[in-house]
Amino acid sequence: MADMMQFDLVSPERRVASQKARAVQIPGVEGDLTAMPNHAPLITTLRPGVVHVEGESGTEEFVVTGGFAQITGDGISILAEESYHRDEMSQDILDRMVEDAAEKQRKAVEASHNDPGPVDDAAKLLADMMAMGSHVGLSANQPNL
Amino acid sequence: MANLKDLKNRIASVKSTRKITKAMQMVAAAKLRRAQEAAENARPYARKFDEVVGQLAKSVGDSDTAPPLLRGTGQEQTCLLVVMTSEKGLCGGFNANIAKKAIARIRALQDEGKTVKIITVGKKGRAAMRRTYGDMMIDHVDMSEVKRVGYGDAQEIARNVLDRFDAGEFDTAYIYYGEFENAMTQIPTEQQIIPAQFDAEDDEDSAGANTVYEYEPSEEAILRDLLPKGVATQIFAALLENSASEQGARMTAMDNATRNADDMVEDLNRQYNRTRQSVITNELIEIISGAEALEG
Repeated sequence: MADMMQFDLVSPERRVASQKARAVQIPGVEGDLTAMPNHAPLITTLRPGVVHVEGESGTEEFVVTGGFAQITGDGISILAEESYHRDEMSQDILDRMVEDAAEKQRKAVEASHNDPGPVDDAAKLLADMMAMGSHVGLSANQPNL
Repeated sequence: MANLKDLKNRIASVKSTRKITKAMQMVAAAKLRRAQEAAENARPYARKFDEVVGQLAKSVGDSDTAPPLLRGTGQEQTCLLVVMTSEKGLCGGFNANIAKKAIARIRALQDEGKTVKIITVGKKGRAAMRRTYGDMMIDHVDMSEVKRVGYGDAQEIARNVLDRFDAGEFDTAYIYYGEFENAMTQIPTEQQIIPAQFDAEDDEDSAGANTVYEYEPSEEAILRDLLPKGVATQIFAALLENSASEQGARMTAMDNATRNADDMVEDLNRQYNRTRQSVITNELIEIISGAEALEG
């Protein structure tokens, strides 16, 4: 079928999803983008966020925490560091992710006094993480940083 | 001649040992299945990852702007060996074989006059190498609390290694682990992780090689982001292979032990019966010769 493409979502520990999809919206590091069949070949890194997959049986959502996506004309592969189906996502998991990101930010602040680059990156990571949480209906109850 | 009571005790003790080895074998078999599954599940990610990063690495090539993780530091003076072994023994020559492989490399490096640093994962390899190479060990990762190897464990080891690399503590890094061939065979394997290496085998036939990709952000930025993850991925794959190998080796070792115990029980039983028979014969002779003495 020309209007469908292969969608694979894998994390280091398992294959999270493998199905046919009509369109896949991914949180690219430079902005969200939607891949459809015959998209130009593209490799992009991801920020933490939500992947929307428009498949044969409605739309599904997956949470990813960074990684990268490889888009070819007939498919899209997402390699995520960590990934969960929206239904598997829980407050505990989010808390842990946000905590990790906050930790990274603290370290970045300590490690680089004069170089704002890593600190900004870490802050963005944390913000993305929280935005992703609120998108799936969980609150990031993180003390102010 | 051993007396009957001793033999009986020995038979009982070998039998109970056999029960233990048999139980360990079955536990190892169950764990092996799980470990193999985990290794299987991790494969799609690792394969895809290698494919994409391999492509990127090729297109960025040896240019001066390539990240040091790919290009190396320009020298090869100090070498880091990450030796991964198991936390528990009773798995045949598994740990010894990995340690042997690592030690061979250490000798070769020393002959070339290079500095060697060692990080051990799992205490068995540490024990095997500590006496001779204890002063080279810069760190040890304890996995005894880890029930099931997760990506997080690999990330932690990778971060440890990468922090040291960034601090300029070493130039090249190798990992040592047992590659799982089957339950009988585990191959001690050496793999270079820094600078990163990629198999260039499927150059032409894979469709991806000829596709021109757009990159977002730039190729080099992606590569800089991915290479550290590649280290974690490789370590993760090695850890999984290692745990499957360990269980396989243990299963085989325990199977052998059970068989040996079987043989031993058989031998001892034969000896016991023979001894018992000769005791009876002796008693009969005594009775008969006693009766004959009375008659005479």
